[in-house]
Amino acid sequence: MKISRIAVASLLALAACGTADTPSTPAPGANGALTPIKLQLQWFYQAQFAGYIAAADQGFYKEQGLDVQLLEGGVDIVPQTVLAQGKADYAVAWVPKALASREQGAGITDVGQIFARSGTYQVAWKDSGIRTAADLKGKKVGNWGFGNEFELFAGMTKAGIDPGKDVTLVQQQFDMQALLKKEIDAAQAMSYNEYAQLLEAKNPATGKLYTADDFSILDWKTEGSSMLQDAVWANTEKLSDPAYQQQTVKFLTATIKGWAFCRDNAEKCRDLVVAKGSKLGKSHQLWQMNEVNKLVWPAPGGVGVVDETAWKQTVDISLTTKNQTGDTVLKKAPEGLAYTNDYIKQAIDKAKADGVDVNGTSFQPATVTLTEGGA
Amino acid sequence: MRRALAILAGLIVAVALWEGYKAVGSPDGTVLFGVRILPRADDLSMPHLWTVAQRLGRPELAGGDPVWLVVLRACLFTLGITAAGFVAGAVVGLLLAMAMQRFRIVERGLLPYVILSQTVPLVALAPLVAGWGGSIMPAWATVAVIAAYLAFFPIAVGMLRGLQSPSASGAELMRSYAAGWWRTLVKLRFPAALPYLFPALRLAGAAAVVGAVVGEISTGTRGGIGRLIIEYSREATSDPAKVYTAMLGAALLGLLVAGAVSLLEVPLMRHRRHVEVVTL
Repeated sequence: MKISRIAVASLLALAACGTADTPSTPAPGANGALTPIKLQLQWFYQAQFAGYIAAADQGFYKEQGLDVQLLEGGVDIVPQTVLAQGKADYAVAWVPKALASREQGAGITDVGQIFARSGTYQVAWKDSGIRTAADLKGKKVGNWGFGNEFELFAGMTKAGIDPGKDVTLVQQQFDMQALLKKEIDAAQAMSYNEYAQLLEAKNPATGKLYTADDFSILDWKTEGSSMLQDAVWANTEKLSDPAYQQQTVKFLTATIKGWAFCRDNAEKCRDLVVAKGSKLGKSHQLWQMNEVNKLVWPAPGGVGVVDETAWKQTVDISLTTKNQTGDTVLKKAPEGLAYTNDYIKQAIDKAKADGVDVNGTSFQPATVTLTEGGA
Repeated sequence: MRRALAILAGLIVAVALWEGYKAVGSPDGTVLFGVRILPRADDLSMPHLWTVAQRLGRPELAGGDPVWLVVLRACLFTLGITAAGFVAGAVVGLLLAMAMQRFRIVERGLLPYVILSQTVPLVALAPLVAGWGGSIMPAWATVAVIAAYLAFFPIAVGMLRGLQSPSASGAELMRSYAAGWWRTLVKLRFPAALPYLFPALRLAGAAAVVGAVVGEISTGTRGGIGRLIIEYSREATSDPAKVYTAMLGAALLGLLVAGAVSLLEVPLMRHRRHVEVVTL
């Protein structure tokens, strides 16, 4: 009796594991069955993708008849390539990088510009006297390369600095140690990630954490050289299929609900991300959630709608700004259907009809206190 | 006993070198003509070993498991992948070596490609293989494929050398006994190849560990030590000791695999003298 009970219990446990790890994938189109969908993210689970995680966890995708599987990124995983190769149904990618892939033949279209703003900073020590892009002249400037550097280069060019001559360019690691060790004068950082890591580090001089007063920030949004970042990309060819069109609207509707949920429940979304097994600590994830919310909200034109001016600025910089090797992101203006607002607008109408605030005009960012190591 | 002492002595030397350099080295490192020749010795670049040890004992995240447990679990996960990759690579390598020994034309046609296979950069291969995850095979198996891809090479080449090592007179003797290819292989060539096989296996073990760790980093496969290294290294700004715990884990994993491979050797090589062999 006892043995069989244990056996049943372990079977149940196994079954529970089974459903958690390998979601059943019913055939699409079957009556009432969910359509399986794969979304390729750019990196590991973190609050940057909280809206998608929330939409999956809170059942928004299921409401729309979709069974969405989120695929984590990796060092050598290029989301837009995964999408173009048909290994995912949608992908999250930065606009300039995705446009570069388009130019090389990837058939993809921006169907939802979730991040309306760029989160890229150039961070310097406050006592370095660097306040504007023009102050970078003669300094050692860190940059990530691999196509992450163009906002910086456009900002410097705009400020009258020749990035090739007037500054010393340093290839930066993906941590901020080089700035802390003063090997470089200004370091590239995402507002929601690397900048937070600076504020989670202990200042050996005082034994306390560094504060925002120790650093000055060049924000490319105010310098006028920001480019569009996280967007949902779809397969261009499949967009001519009415079934995929409908599915895209459904997917975007649920995604909008997910991001609205995270705007209104930042701490709950932080918990969802942590529960997904992120190795970054709780205070770091809450900071990231808050900063990411600032990039999405408020959205006066409706969340996810591509703003023509911002798009044009992104394309212009992609065409004209040269990096240190003299390359531009794009050689010619994007051809064909690079972006469309058709589906996001339908999705916004559907979300609105369900009572979702799709503009978030009253959104107020919170103040997040970081702890050492982000724990 | 002497072995244990030697290992202990090696450890002490390593610790003394690390802490000794920290004590005498400049915190800003030594730069000669704009080139850094000695690393920085500050706590951010080289945390004290006791800081790393302390970090192992503290929880990974507030309220979470201690780091040593997380690292150990990740090592076991990667050990599984490494073992799968090692076995698959060994089987493929052995089969290739046998085919190349049997048919001269296969050797002539295949060997250049076997060598060429190792010049394909892993970063080009990994995204391709990663795409199989979830459809053809589970995600961890794609990493095992990458490990196998690195592991099969030393075995194929080393074993081929070994199978070809018996002298012509030995082969002629077998022929005079009317022994076929298979009997010659089992009675003459396999035993002769053993001294070549084991160094090859050790190389393959190391290659499988590298393949598994790099494969995990490249494809972002969850659960293993490679992924842990990349996740912890992102926190190096505020928690520099953490990434060293993961690297320590990876180093231990390498030692463990090397030890396991040399254990294979014990029963088969007991009555044989060790022969100096060159595998490549």
